[in-house]
Amino acid sequence: MEMIKLDYPAEETVPRRVHVGVVGSGDLEVLLEPSNDGQAHVSIRTSVDGYGAIWKNVLDRFFSRYKGAAAIEINDFGATPGIVALRLQQAVEESQS
Amino acid sequence: MSAAVPDLERFLKRRSFIELSARDRAEALLDPGGYHELLGPFDRLHSPWLPMQGIVPQEDDGVIVARGRIDGQPAVIAAIESAFQGGSMGEVGGSKIACALELARQDHEQGIPTRPVLLLETGGVRLQEANLGLAVIAEIQAAIVALRRHVPVVAVISGMVGCFGGMSLAAALCSHLIVTRQARLGMNGPEVIEQEAGIEELDSSDRQLIWSLIGGEQRHAVGLADTLVEDDAVAIAEAVRDAFRRGLPKQPRSEQVKLFLERLAAIDPSQPLDGKALRALWDQGATA
Repeated sequence: MEMIKLDYPAEETVPRRVHVGVVGSGDLEVLLEPSNDGQAHVSIRTSVDGYGAIWKNVLDRFFSRYKGAAAIEINDFGATPGIVALRLQQAVEESQS
Repeated sequence: MSAAVPDLERFLKRRSFIELSARDRAEALLDPGGYHELLGPFDRLHSPWLPMQGIVPQEDDGVIVARGRIDGQPAVIAAIESAFQGGSMGEVGGSKIACALELARQDHEQGIPTRPVLLLETGGVRLQEANLGLAVIAEIQAAIVALRRHVPVVAVISGMVGCFGGMSLAAALCSHLIVTRQARLGMNGPEVIEQEAGIEELDSSDRQLIWSLIGGEQRHAVGLADTLVEDDAVAIAEAVRDAFRRGLPKQPRSEQVKLFLERLAAIDPSQPLDGKALRALWDQGATA
């Protein structure tokens, strides 16, 4: 198990907190809520060690489009980068609906 | 397959309960609107023991507790998420179930008719939490027995994990047990039996054999489950409402000691016994 922390600048407020996903095989849960300092913070706990660079790529790309000041917590159970991106997108959509 | 067309339409229209997450399952059984989750993921009551062992926890520890209404009456549902650690019972998740049942009992003592429903999709105790998991399963069992004096405690096993270990005993203590054909109910899972007793004893990869012994249809046929229902969220919700309409059973299954001792005495362990033969043997003394 490995812990990864990433921070991003943000411009928009997050309307409401949401929870999506499950810590099941090949899946992850995402907890997205407004952060308290106007910046975005991501805290990842993953079952697969040694993929820090890939996590940073996935999150860099996500935050190139998403500007929410979100505190995101991820519990990952071996999801592929594609699944991670989809779950993040799902969380954003639900937080805006 | 010629008669399959009407069934196919029904099949396509149905909303699979098995495919839902535990959270969606709980919501599907409650009256529309008013779903309210207690100790949800943002309360961050995850297992303290899993990260110490290098295992990623889930923020609700795989148990969803939700309040709402069933048939207009107050209700509480505890749903186990089978995708997280095989639905295993750890200290936190198990305590959530035990506390929900305990609070429902307190409701009844204060005249609030809270209806309890358990969605039991679990391999049993979480081995990483050992005795703490076992202790909390005992608490769940004690809470079921205390609560079933006031109100039927209704459990659903829908599959595909099934309900095993100490939690199979919890299922057996419930007043009313609803199963699908895909459900399984047993003390030891097939893989455990094969590992301990050898493949000559039980081939756990033989799905037809396994379901003929411990599958939902068989458990219903021999009177160890009360309602056999299709994998359909609407049908299961109706079965749950119906279980409460029926009210308390005359005698909980686990108190029918004489009946089950007679049933066990009727079995000759020196002779091979399959699911079909057990049905024939026990059919004569079917439970009320």
